Amino acid sequence: MTRARRRPPLLVVAVAAVTVAFFALPLIGLFKRASWATLVDDLTTTESLTALRLSLVCSLSATALSVLFGLPLAWVLARLRFPGRPLVRALVLLPLVLPPVVGGVALLAAFSRRGIVGEHLYDWFGIQLTFTTAGAVLAETFVALPFFVITVEAALRSMNTRYEDVAATLGASRWTVFRRVTLPMIGPSVVAGAVLAWARALGEFGATITFAGNIIGKTQTLPLAVYLALESNPDVAVAMSLVLLAVSLVVIVSLRDRWLERS
Amino acid sequence: MTTAASLRLDLGTLHLDIDLTVEAGEVVALLGPNGAGKTTVLRALAGLQPIDAGRLTIDDQVVDDPAAGRFVPAEQRPVGVVFQDYLLFPHLTVLENVAFGPRSRGIPRAEARSQAQRWLDRVGIADLAGQRPGKISGGQAQRTALARALATEPRLLLLDEPLAALDAGTRASVRRDLRRHLIEYDGATVLVTHDALDALALADRIVILEAGSVTQTGTLAEVTTRPRSSYVADLIGMNLLRGRSTGTVIDLDDHPGQLITAEGFDGPVLALIHPNAVSLHRIEPEGSARNRWHERITGFDLLGDRVRVRLDGEVPLVAEVTPAAVAEMALAEGDTLWATVKATEVTAYPS
Repeated sequence: MTRARRRPPLLVVAVAAVTVAFFALPLIGLFKRASWATLVDDLTTTESLTALRLSLVCSLSATALSVLFGLPLAWVLARLRFPGRPLVRALVLLPLVLPPVVGGVALLAAFSRRGIVGEHLYDWFGIQLTFTTAGAVLAETFVALPFFVITVEAALRSMNTRYEDVAATLGASRWTVFRRVTLPMIGPSVVAGAVLAWARALGEFGATITFAGNIIGKTQTLPLAVYLALESNPDVAVAMSLVLLAVSLVVIVSLRDRWLERS
Repeated sequence: MTTAASLRLDLGTLHLDIDLTVEAGEVVALLGPNGAGKTTVLRALAGLQPIDAGRLTIDDQVVDDPAAGRFVPAEQRPVGVVFQDYLLFPHLTVLENVAFGPRSRGIPRAEARSQAQRWLDRVGIADLAGQRPGKISGGQAQRTALARALATEPRLLLLDEPLAALDAGTRASVRRDLRRHLIEYDGATVLVTHDALDALALADRIVILEAGSVTQTGTLAEVTTRPRSSYVADLIGMNLLRGRSTGTVIDLDDHPGQLITAEGFDGPVLALIHPNAVSLHRIEPEGSARNRWHERITGFDLLGDRVRVRLDGEVPLVAEVTPAAVAEMALAEGDTLWATVKATEVTAYPS
């Protein structure tokens, strides 16, 4: 039985088109606004290079910390049953929805020289996190870690745990099971989680500027530099924005199998 | 050397309570309907599921004894398992899958790989060593899973529905090869299946497990000539009726009908009637058959070149007739007719 195709609902399509334009126009504006001729020069100024280098160091450090601490946490959340687990999950996922600036204020309350932990760090070890690169890394890790945990936890949950049973019957210890069976099977999700965490860390602004400040060469990462350059040197700001946009596009493309349907 | 399981386990909906012993070199089939607890028994033996009470020993070594506080985890038990859907590690090659056990037990990589290669030779898939599990057939996956389980040289081999995932064509040849490997294997084997043919081909002894309890044990011949439950009777396609015998007359437990047997005795009995011993008649027959019941047809099943007619009435029965007979007598669902069975065709034994 064939049936004439129904006319698509015009109003819905029109609203959808407006929405697409809403996403596309800022990007087009950015491309039009860019002074392509001086792009390379704008990006190789000392302040640009310093911010770029610092951003790379901080975001990669934050990603490494996210993997190092996120993997055991994801495993605990996915595999162990304990009272208060929903509470712990909510706590871990909170930075996803928390305004970053509030995250920064909260980090200050904990890790500044007068914070509940930072006080002792300073008194006992002479460690100060605020206004240091380590502080920027801490702020970025705070906002990036949940992305890694949520991705890896989902993979651990959806994995067929009977493979782990098989490995155990073959004589593999818990650690061997994790290393040779679990980790390879959730490998793609670990990579995806790390990429997401890195992208989030790279773009972090609010928590960083609140907690670590805006010190060139120490805590002034790319987003902070963009914001400041907007006043003094808009061309440089746009050029650096294009760099961050390019990174975002690379991330989207590298995760396309997860997010973009293949037609 | 004996592997023994005295096992009690409460899983909410299922209460398992069984005793099982397997000698080295022996193959015992756990046969039972879905949900009877067969796989749970395997998981308990493998160490993947602790028992609530009882005692498990493998090769005379205690591996689980809750009363004594002893539990040997799966990775320390001398057990090999072939899982139902094989569960070959998808990220490892066939060879690496088989080498996984020896590697995990501390054998150096090169030695583990050459051991694995020898196992692949033995199960006849040496040429697949470098393949990923996704690229091989069901029969090859079964052989890989068997090689992987045997490569750790277990004292107890557990097979969970080892042939269920195969199509009919490969099933026969894989079953034949599996039988050969089980004969060569000197440890104890427990095979879980719901297929009587697998049990017949592979097992020395059969344990019927129903709703968490053992209902019958013995060789296949013993179990099938004297079935003790309707599950076994259905499995071998026989009519099994339960009742109380007085002389040569059996009063059925749940039905109004009576059964006449040739050899009489007193007490509770089970009566076995082969479906092809049941004759059907449109009008009440007069003849030598001592058993004559008024029945109604409730359905038909095609079995090879025979038709099985399901009957209900005085006595629930299945009769086996030819398709020609069905056509000639114009049998249809809901028809009422007469069924007869000679007293000598009824095998009765104490229940």
